[in-house]
Amino acid sequence: MDIRLSGVSHSYDQFEVLRDISLEIPSGKIVCIVGPSGCGKSTLLRFIGGLEQPTKGEVLQIGNPPKDCLNPLTYIFQDFALLPWRSVRGNISLVLEDHGIRGARAEGIIADVLARTKLTEFHKALPKQLSGGMKQRVAIARALAVNPAVMLMDEPLSALDSQTRELLMDDLVNLWTRTPFTAVYVTHNLAEAVRLGHSIVVMSRRPGEIREVVHLETPLDQRHYGDSALEEKQKYLWQLMREEARAADAELVHV
Amino acid sequence: MSDLTPTTTGTAQARQVAFRGGGFAPASHRWIGVLVFILLVTLAELGTRQGWISPLTLPLPSDVLKTFGELYASGLLWAHMSVSLTRLFVGAVLGASLGVAVGVLIGLFSYVRAGLVPLTAALFPIPKIALLPLFVIWFGIDEGSKYALIAFGTFTPTVVATYGAVDNVDRSLIRMGQSFNLSWMSIVRKIVLPGAMPGILSGLRISLAIAIILLVAAEMLGAEYGIGAYILEAGSLYDLERLFAGVTILSLLGVTMSATIGLIERRLLNWRQ
Repeated sequence: MDIRLSGVSHSYDQFEVLRDISLEIPSGKIVCIVGPSGCGKSTLLRFIGGLEQPTKGEVLQIGNPPKDCLNPLTYIFQDFALLPWRSVRGNISLVLEDHGIRGARAEGIIADVLARTKLTEFHKALPKQLSGGMKQRVAIARALAVNPAVMLMDEPLSALDSQTRELLMDDLVNLWTRTPFTAVYVTHNLAEAVRLGHSIVVMSRRPGEIREVVHLETPLDQRHYGDSALEEKQKYLWQLMREEARAADAELVHV
Repeated sequence: MSDLTPTTTGTAQARQVAFRGGGFAPASHRWIGVLVFILLVTLAELGTRQGWISPLTLPLPSDVLKTFGELYASGLLWAHMSVSLTRLFVGAVLGASLGVAVGVLIGLFSYVRAGLVPLTAALFPIPKIALLPLFVIWFGIDEGSKYALIAFGTFTPTVVATYGAVDNVDRSLIRMGQSFNLSWMSIVRKIVLPGAMPGILSGLRISLAIAIILLVAAEMLGAEYGIGAYILEAGSLYDLERLFAGVTILSLLGVTMSATIGLIERRLLNWRQ
């Protein structure tokens, strides 16, 4: 299943946030969206998943999601969004219960996603007992449990320290290499973008427009920390963004 | 780091950095509460025995205890307690459950909020005791008016606490529920209600204390038995020992209720940081 955005524009009251965004998200690829803060990249992600509606333009699903897919468009949030009163297992079973999946079938799915995110022994823990990195792995496990056609990741590593971020990036690369998934990955961190993106969409400051789409050919599992080719790409992206980021930083917040 | 340890470097004087980060961190010292209580009672006992507290102002604590013992021995304690506890239970359960229901509805639906929040604000400051004669006419001089008074008194604070608690549920969790296509009912049952539980329980603490206050008021009219009736009768006869015995029972009732809610909180809210 592919996603196509055509001519998406959005404004809050008189305030233009996004202008004429057209974008293809091909299946099996990770598309990163980078841009200065306040450029509307998270808003764009909410449009793609149907949590908000753009004032103009449309978001289209091309083709049907696979049969076993419970929730085609699945988010991973920056703040993890785990229910603090449910255990790791309970947080995952939450998203299965509404599909009538209980008992042995639910156990099977939960055991599988916990194993894939290396959380098997923590299934009884409450979120307050987990580190930030583990919380986000629980959120990833929860997303995997519904077998998404497209993962919508909203700054998933931004709340974590840089070591944990490296580890989780490796985890994501491993997950993708084993079973390629489609993802839209919003971040302000260029290092994450060049590690995880098959293509990187660079946005301008508000009103957000697409400045350039950069494609990276190196397979994900061959990109490593401190790779010089990647650093070249990252430098190039930073040059694109630098002025925008400076200007965005100097603006007043209108919210 | 070892080269930083010497206490004097050259001629400059070295001083320990003063600690200023203390306090503002409540810790649990349960026995101090008991100690304060014992101290006050002992002081009253000593004062009345030695005469620097006149027996007109305060009864001897030991006499109060004796009166309590007599009350217990005569079997009247249970007669008073059973009717009062029934009134308290029926009234508080009615008021609190209606209050939680209405509060959740206000929290969830803007129209209900627009319609009922001003009404609650109008009802809240009415001294419910003033309405007792009206309730007697509406619900009868028997148990009906007493249940109604207690229920009405617990209802409004519960409503206010509950919709505040629902408003405070983390919106990002609700977003998460929607993003996983959970049904409306599931979001309310599995996200909104558990998320609002801390606020609802702390609201209940206040409502239940109000229920005890109103119990005495409710027994002002048409009650032969009941802790409130017992206290009011003792008051009008200026029988201080019985008055204090009754008041002690109410206090114990309040402490028990508060402890019960504390227990429920620890059970239900062990997920909190």
